[in-house]
Amino acid sequence: MNRYYYDLHIHSCLSPCADNDNTPYNIAGMAALLGINIVALTDHNSCLNLPAFFKAAKTYGIIPVAGMELTTAEEVHLVCLFEDLAKAMEFGREIDSYRVKIKNKTNIFGEQLILGEEDKLIGSEEFLLPNATTVTIEKAPEIVAKYGGICYPAHIDRQSNGILAMLGFMPEKPVFNCVEFNNPANADELIKKHNLQNKKIIISSDAHYLTDIKEKQNYIELDDEPYSSAKVRHQLFRYLKGEI
Amino acid sequence: MTVGEFAKQNPLNVLCMPEAEREITGCYIGDLLSWVMGNAREGDAWVTIMSNTNIVAVATLTNVSCIILAENVTLDEQALNTAKENGVNVLSSNLSAFNIALLLKDTVV
Repeated sequence: MNRYYYDLHIHSCLSPCADNDNTPYNIAGMAALLGINIVALTDHNSCLNLPAFFKAAKTYGIIPVAGMELTTAEEVHLVCLFEDLAKAMEFGREIDSYRVKIKNKTNIFGEQLILGEEDKLIGSEEFLLPNATTVTIEKAPEIVAKYGGICYPAHIDRQSNGILAMLGFMPEKPVFNCVEFNNPANADELIKKHNLQNKKIIISSDAHYLTDIKEKQNYIELDDEPYSSAKVRHQLFRYLKGEI
Repeated sequence: MTVGEFAKQNPLNVLCMPEAEREITGCYIGDLLSWVMGNAREGDAWVTIMSNTNIVAVATLTNVSCIILAENVTLDEQALNTAKENGVNVLSSNLSAFNIALLLKDTVV
């Protein structure tokens, strides 16, 4: 078993609310500098910066995880993670068909930049990404599972778009194995109040700026022998799915 | 009626009013931001209990005449500053959304 420091919720410059300096290569570089081993890129309702992020991760020697922060029809944010990049991209295409397309106003919301290898600008997303999709919270885990992924409620300790703030309680269905906190100081009280004792607690930064990515502090112990990054990632998914 | 006149004649608190001369031409009530984004009309007074900073962005996008926060909901200082910068009027009241809509009824119908 080895300790793997993680951050499973980071936005790149594709998310309008994120800083344009939060490029795939800068994120990977910063994570490596801070000693974080496993990093998931989770832009709002899009996977389009994942290919660049995977290349960047290779350059900087971190283990990338393909992700998305999905906004459900109820305006609840779910972190969706995939073991396989190609499957995540397919998931991204399906989610694209459930988006409500409102033109982005860059002066209000910010730019939505799509980057390629070495952070080369290859395009921008025309329609606003973070607004609610038509995917209900009930339906989301089914769609994610089709692509071998897992999803769980993001920043449940936050007022904006946290599941507890939006719904007022943790629904019995669908069942989530994990919940994410932004601030671990909030965890004990909410776990008790909402009976979350049997859930895995994931603490991630939800970084929108490079400075939001924190010094390594949260880790998962994973059996990684014989070592390969694919093995570590696979073990991570087994952990998140509750198999180990 | 303008937002400034409406605020003066009714039991409302002015949280910020950078554009008091905006005309109120309708009313929209809703808390699900994506729904409001798609359905509020320009000039509407938007009544909501949603208090996170995103309401300012939604108000700018839809070009409503003002946001009216119902049931004593408040907005934090940072969001109010953003509202001021973007010319978004924000009022608040201890009344329910229904009762605020009643205040608007003669103004906009």
